[in-house]
Amino acid sequence: MLYSLCFLLFMVGLYCAVVKKNMVKIVLGILVMEYAVNLFLIMLGYRAGGVAPIVSKEDIVEAGGTLSSMFVAKSVDPLPQALVLTAIVISLGSLALMISICIRTYEKYETFDITEIRRLKG
Amino acid sequence: MKGMTVIVKTIASWVKILIFLFGIYIIITGHLTPGGGFAGGVIIASSYVLLLLAFGREFAEENMPLGAASRIDCVGALMFAAIAVIGITTGGVFFTNFLYQKYLPGNAMELVSAGTIPLSNIAIGLKVGASLFLIILVLSIFCQDYRCKGNVCEIPGGKEKENN
Amino acid sequence: MSLPAVPLPTFVAVPLIAAFALPLFGKRGKSAATFLANAVTIFLLCCAVASIGRTAVYEIGRWPIPLGINLVLDGLSCLMLLAISTVSAAAMLFSTRYMERYTAKSKYLCLFMLMVAGMNGVVLSGDIFNMFVFLEIASLASYALVAFGCEHEELEAAFKYMVLGSIASTFVLFGVGLVYGNTGTLNMAYISKAISESGLNSGLTFALALFIAGFGLKAAIVPFHAWLPDAHPSAPAPISAMLSGVIIKALGIYAMSRIVFNVFGITVEVGWLLMILGILSMIIGAFMAIGQWDLKRLMAYSSISQIGYVVLGIGFGGLLIAKGAKAQWSALAILGGLFHLVNHSVYKSLLFLTSGSVEMSTGTRDMKQLGGLAEKMPVTRAAATIGSAAIAGVPPFSGFWSKLILVIAAVGSGFYWVAAIIVFVSLCTLIMYLKVQRYVFLGELPEALRETKEQKNSMLIAMVFLACLCVLMGLLLVPPLRSSVLEPAVRVITDGVSYSTNVIEMVRESVKL
Repeated sequence: MLYSLCFLLFMVGLYCAVVKKNMVKIVLGILVMEYAVNLFLIMLGYRAGGVAPIVSKEDIVEAGGTLSSMFVAKSVDPLPQALVLTAIVISLGSLALMISICIRTYEKYETFDITEIRRLKG
Repeated sequence: MKGMTVIVKTIASWVKILIFLFGIYIIITGHLTPGGGFAGGVIIASSYVLLLLAFGREFAEENMPLGAASRIDCVGALMFAAIAVIGITTGGVFFTNFLYQKYLPGNAMELVSAGTIPLSNIAIGLKVGASLFLIILVLSIFCQDYRCKGNVCEIPGGKEKENN
Repeated sequence: MSLPAVPLPTFVAVPLIAAFALPLFGKRGKSAATFLANAVTIFLLCCAVASIGRTAVYEIGRWPIPLGINLVLDGLSCLMLLAISTVSAAAMLFSTRYMERYTAKSKYLCLFMLMVAGMNGVVLSGDIFNMFVFLEIASLASYALVAFGCEHEELEAAFKYMVLGSIASTFVLFGVGLVYGNTGTLNMAYISKAISESGLNSGLTFALALFIAGFGLKAAIVPFHAWLPDAHPSAPAPISAMLSGVIIKALGIYAMSRIVFNVFGITVEVGWLLMILGILSMIIGAFMAIGQWDLKRLMAYSSISQIGYVVLGIGFGGLLIAKGAKAQWSALAILGGLFHLVNHSVYKSLLFLTSGSVEMSTGTRDMKQLGGLAEKMPVTRAAATIGSAAIAGVPPFSGFWSKLILVIAAVGSGFYWVAAIIVFVSLCTLIMYLKVQRYVFLGELPEALRETKEQKNSMLIAMVFLACLCVLMGLLLVPPLRSSVLEPAVRVITDGVSYSTNVIEMVRESVKL
C-alpha cells in the first residue's frame, strides 16, 4: 500500500511537469518526480524490525573477521541506499543545469512563460 | 551580492571553520561511519557558500577564485582516476582495492583500513566541494548583472558569459 | 589474433580522464587541448576496430559477478562501439575549425569527451543500474552541448530536450527499482535468469512498459518525438551529427533492444508494439520532413523516419521470433535493422556536417535563401550528394542494401503491406533529399552569397572520410566481413534470453584460465 502512495507522488510530479506554464514550476515538477523515485527505491530495502546497516565493532565475529549472523538477519538492505545516493547526485547535476538554462532563457526572452517562448515552430 | 549585517559576519567568521572541519571529518571516516565523499564534499561546499552569503561575492571570489576551483575540481577527478588505474598495474584489473589486498590491510574498524576507499573518498570530497561551490559562484556572478528596482529588472545587452 | 586484446575499461576510462584533463590546459593551451582530444577519439577508433569479433567479460575490482559490476563485450556492443567511435572521430575533427566561433572551446571538448564516455559505458555495461548512470552522464552532457551557443533558439530547444529527457530518465530509474524489487539482483545476466524461471508478474510488466516509454523517448520514436525537431537543428553542427548519428541509437535503440530481447525476452505483443511504433515513425517523419524549409530541421525529421526503419526491422524480427516462424526471416529482418542503424549513423552525420559547412560559409540555414552553391563549394557538394544518394537508397550506396534486406524479409514472411510501406517511405525520402539538392546546391546563386568560399582542410577531411565510408559500407555484406561484424550482433538478439547463460559461461571460462 505504501508503494502506491509513492506512485501517487510520482503522478503528482508528472502532472506538474506536463501541465504548468511557468518554467520554474516545470523544473519543480521534475524534482518531485525524482524524489518519488528515490523514496520508492529506499522503501524497497525495508525489513520489518530492522536496524540500519552500519557495522560496529560488536558485529564482527572475532575468529574469522566476518559479520555475525544476527546482524545479517536484522539489517535493512544497503544496496538501494547506494543506488539512491547515486540518483541524488545525478538529480543535483541535472537541477543545476536546468536552473542555469532557465536563467539564461529569462535573460533572452524576458519571461518564464513557456507559451510565449515559441520561436521554433513547424 | 553585498553581504549581510555585522552580526552575521562575526558569527560566520567563527562558524565557517567548524563547518569545514566537520566536512573533513565526514570525508575521512567515510568507511567507518555514514557519510563518505559526497556528503563531506557538500558540507565543505556549504562552508564556502556561507562565506559567499555573509561577506558578498567579491570577498568569496578572492578567497577561492573561479580558476582555482575549476582546477581543484579536475585534480580531484584525476586523482580518482589515478587510483583506479594504479589498480591495473599492481593488481591486474581496474579498480582493484590494491592497498587492502596487498600492501596495507590494516585492522577492521580503524582509521587506516579498507584499502583505497578513504583515498577515493578524499578525491571525491575535493571534487564535489569544488564543483558545488563553482556552480553557486557562477550563478551569483550571473545574478550580479541585473540591476533591479522593485519589481522591474533591467537586463544589459548581450554579454558573453560562459554557461558552466 | 594478431592485434592484442583491448581491456574493456579503456573505452570508458580514457575519455573520462581526457575530459577532466582538458580544462587544465586553460586559454593558452587551446591548440594542445584540441590535439589531445582528436588523438583520444582516433585512439578509441583503433581500439574499437581491434575488438571486432571478440567477446569478453571484465569484472571490475575482481568481485565475482552477482556481487560486482561487470562490463560485457559481445557482438551487438562491438557494432555499436564501431559506430560511436567512427562518428565521434569525424565530428571531433570537424569541430577543430567549426568551434572557433564560440568562446568556451575547452569546455566544449570536455563535454564532448564526457558524452563519448557515457555512450561507451551504456554500450559496454552488464549491469542495469550502471547502464542508467552512464545514460545520465551522456544525456546531461548532450543537454549542455545543445545549449552551447546560448542564443534564443538554442536555449528554448535545450529546455524542451532537457525536460523530456529528465522525465525519460526518471521512468527508467523507476523501472530499475521495480526490477530490483522483483528479482533481487541488478546484474542483467542474473535478472534474465530469474525472469525466465519465474515469468512476468504485474510489477515486471509495468517495468517493461516504463522501459519502453523511457528508452523510446530517448530514441525519439513517434509518440515521444517532440523534442527532436527543435534540439537537432539548434545545436552546433558537429553536435547535431553526434546527436542524430549515435546518441539516439546508443541510448535509445541499443538500450531498448538489450532490455527487451536479452533481459525480458520478446513476446508477440511487444513485437507488434515495436513494429507499429516503427511504422508510425517512418510515415510521420517522412511527411513532416517534406514540408520543411529549414535545412537542419528537414534532416531532423528525416532522422525520425530512419529510426522508424530500425525499430521496424528489430520489432518485426522480434515478432517473427516470438511467433516461432522460420529462423532465416527473423534473422534477416534483424540484420536489416542493425545494418540500417550503422548506415544511418554514417550518412546522417555526414549530412549534418555538410549542413554545418554550408551554414558556416553562408550564415543561414533557410533553403529559400540558398542556391547554386555547387560551383563555390565543390567538395561539400560532392559529399552532400553522396550522403543524399545513400539515405535515399540509390544503389550501390550503403542505404540501398539495408532497405533491400528489410523488403526481402517482409516479403518472404508474408507481410506484404510492410514491404509496400517501406518502399513508399523510401520514395518520400528521395523526394525530400532531391528538394535539398535543388534548393541548396543547384539553381541560381543569389546576390548575397557571391563571396562564399570552400572550407578549410580539417573539415573537408572529416566529410570526405565519412563519404568514403558511405560508399564502402555496402561491402559489409560481403561474407567475411559480414560474419565478423554483423552476424555476431544479429546472433545476440536472436539468442534472446540465452544471453545470461553466455555471460555466465564466459565468466567461468575466464576464471579457469
